[in-house]
Amino acid sequence: MDALGAIAGIVVPLALVALGYTIGRVREGSHIKSLEQREASFADIVVTDLKTVPDADNVAVAQLVMGEAVIATDYFKSFAAQLRNLVGGEVLSLETLARRARREAVVRMLDQARQMGATEVHNVRLETSNVLSAGGRSKAISAEMFAYGTAIIRG
Amino acid sequence: MILVNTESVPGHRIVETKGLVQGNTIRAKHVGRDIAAGFKNLIGGELSGYTELLTESRRQAIERMMAQAQQLGANAVVNVRFTTSSVTQGAAELYAYGTAVVLEQGE
Repeated sequence: MDALGAIAGIVVPLALVALGYTIGRVREGSHIKSLEQREASFADIVVTDLKTVPDADNVAVAQLVMGEAVIATDYFKSFAAQLRNLVGGEVLSLETLARRARREAVVRMLDQARQMGATEVHNVRLETSNVLSAGGRSKAISAEMFAYGTAIIRG
Repeated sequence: MILVNTESVPGHRIVETKGLVQGNTIRAKHVGRDIAAGFKNLIGGELSGYTELLTESRRQAIERMMAQAQQLGANAVVNVRFTTSSVTQGAAELYAYGTAVVLEQGE
């Protein structure tokens, strides 16, 4: 029975790592592809983090826009991150996660700007929160990103 | 009501500053969402339940901030900032604050 337990203890995590690796990679790839597409469609919107709007006399509407994204990593990557934690160094598997979540938040903010017909977004701020990871109950490794800025319609 | 996170509203003049207004909300996430998140953690991807929760709560914080501004007789809030904190296990505080002002059209 002990041998069976030991096998289950090794086989199950390995299967989960394999599952995370295969499905997680596909899902990440399709997310990045969709990000690239949407970013390209918003390429005409001017985005800055300037505190004051340039050429302020020539503004018709100014309104706050924001975007939020909470994205979890897969089992393989959290496993890799745990291994990395032993030896220290750069955690590449989580870097891509943070980058994806941030891009998604910005794209959602730009989507709001586009819907109101804005051509520029100024004073963009990016923020992270750790509501989930500090929650304790859920062990999911995730990135929570929030982007906000002031959308401008010229007129 | 106009909300911006810049220090002034372009195309408008601030004629009166009413002071700091704020809104907060503390929301707990339920266990069902945690279980869904646990599953998502295997294959990766967006935790849409949490995204929704945070977006909703942030909207509520903003609404409370705007209600305060309205009570002061302001018609805009400038320099809006957001913060999040995790107060206790499984509960998140979302906080929005800004300066309530009275705006006038034209520079």
